[in-house]
Amino acid sequence: MIKVQKLNKFYGSFRALSDVSFEVKTGEIMGFLGPNGAGKTTTMKILAGYMPPSSGTAWINDLNIEEQSLSVRQNVGYLPEANPLYTDFTVEETLRYISEVRQIDKDAVAQAIDKVVRQCGLAGVYYKPIEQLSKGFRQRVGLAQALIHEPSILILDEPTVGLDPKQIIEIRELIKNIGASRTVLLSTHILQEVHAICDKVTIISGGRIVASDTPEGLQQKSEEQVLGSLYVKMAGTIREVESALKTVKGVTSVTKKDQEKKNINGYTVQIEKGADIRNDIFRLAKEKDLQLFELTPEKASLEDVFLELTK
Amino acid sequence: MNNILVITRKELRHYFNAPMAYVIMIAFLLINGWFFGSNLFLNNQASLRGYFGMAPLILLFVVPAFAMRLIAEEKKQGTLELLVTMPITDIEIIAGKFFGAVTFYAAILGLTLVYPIVVSSVGNLDWGPVIGGYLGLFFMGSGLIAVGLFASSLTDNQIVAFIVSFLLGFTLFLLGKMLSYAPTALVPLLSFIGFDSHFDNISKGIIDTRDLLYYFSLIFLMLFLGLQSLLNRKK
Repeated sequence: MIKVQKLNKFYGSFRALSDVSFEVKTGEIMGFLGPNGAGKTTTMKILAGYMPPSSGTAWINDLNIEEQSLSVRQNVGYLPEANPLYTDFTVEETLRYISEVRQIDKDAVAQAIDKVVRQCGLAGVYYKPIEQLSKGFRQRVGLAQALIHEPSILILDEPTVGLDPKQIIEIRELIKNIGASRTVLLSTHILQEVHAICDKVTIISGGRIVASDTPEGLQQKSEEQVLGSLYVKMAGTIREVESALKTVKGVTSVTKKDQEKKNINGYTVQIEKGADIRNDIFRLAKEKDLQLFELTPEKASLEDVFLELTK
Repeated sequence: MNNILVITRKELRHYFNAPMAYVIMIAFLLINGWFFGSNLFLNNQASLRGYFGMAPLILLFVVPAFAMRLIAEEKKQGTLELLVTMPITDIEIIAGKFFGAVTFYAAILGLTLVYPIVVSSVGNLDWGPVIGGYLGLFFMGSGLIAVGLFASSLTDNQIVAFIVSFLLGFTLFLLGKMLSYAPTALVPLLSFIGFDSHFDNISKGIIDTRDLLYYFSLIFLMLFLGLQSLLNRKK
């Protein structure tokens, strides 16, 4: 379990984090979403024990990150943003060194290494120096070092950044499997990643938490609050349809979106917040004898939510 | 203690994985070998005075060359973040790195033992000053490593670390050489701060606790400053 309470961080006079609070329950995968410079990495560095907050605090498995820093670090597997590794080491040397510094029992080292090598698909490159590995394999080594001591908490800072689409899918799959038995905090600015992996999303912008919910919950809220538009496909001349739609109470604007065939066009109808005018449009079509082909509330994507919240 | 050993081993692995360490090792042996061999037969004495006379000056260049990477490289590669987020204290990191470099240095110094072995096979070598000379070089080198580690903790640029480390070491070296130009009142202080008098005493085979205290204080001070520099990320 990760519990963050009113975390603040100042770099000189610059406030990188403002009263950041959130919670990741045991067994949850939480996506930490935000534009570049929003405060994701700063939060993760604080949780991983790299630096302390200016004020506020956090608990990892009920251990205070400042007062019980060493125990916290024992419980956490951390993959930093740029996945730093000793490039002159081989994969074997890296994992051996990490298992030593993680104080894994000598008799259990071989088994622990074997497990992460299998889990992360590193058998083929086990004796290769890190400097000869592709970015995808380096990322796997980064994940392996974070997993080798079987931590109950994983903090992964942009684990798929810079990977090709195939590698992204593989790493996501890996994180999903790992996350089945662990608490994972994962930062990203790739929205599909959140959809693909996360149980919960927290959006941070300008050092402040602006939303926290399930991906579906956020999307639902956005449909209610963020977007207010309908897609209407009707037969008739553009001028005729546009002027007719504008007469409906609650409509703020009508714009042509696409065309199916001559005189059958699709329109985006912007409506006032909270208004539901679907029935009115249906009635209008009947009254004015305009053939209605389609009437759909336009759904907000997570991108829309993200853009709206991080404006 | 175990953590210090893990870091020490890691540092040694870095040294022996990189060609730079072998270049430094060979350069140290070649230059010292020249100073050792060139005067040996001219003087016709079974002594290592030539070697012990020049080795401190050579150390001023060689030690910063292998100490400059200790923290600067971790900072540049970003691995420092990984290191300090492991269940290990900053003191253990500094100590492990220091002992790693000292072990590497001891290995280089160990290779030069071939000089006294050669001399003793052709003449009657007095081993007292030789042991003293090696102890002096070991302590001086360890002091310079601590200086180098501190310089390396200040930057992520190894060249900058080398220059800072060399300048600090050279200042300590010069202080002892310039006593005749210094005001009389300052001579005892400068003599204590400089390397010269301490190295001279030990290399003559005189093990004085004041000299040992000097080297231990220098090492402790520099490692303490290195630790503060590492902890600076927390501010």
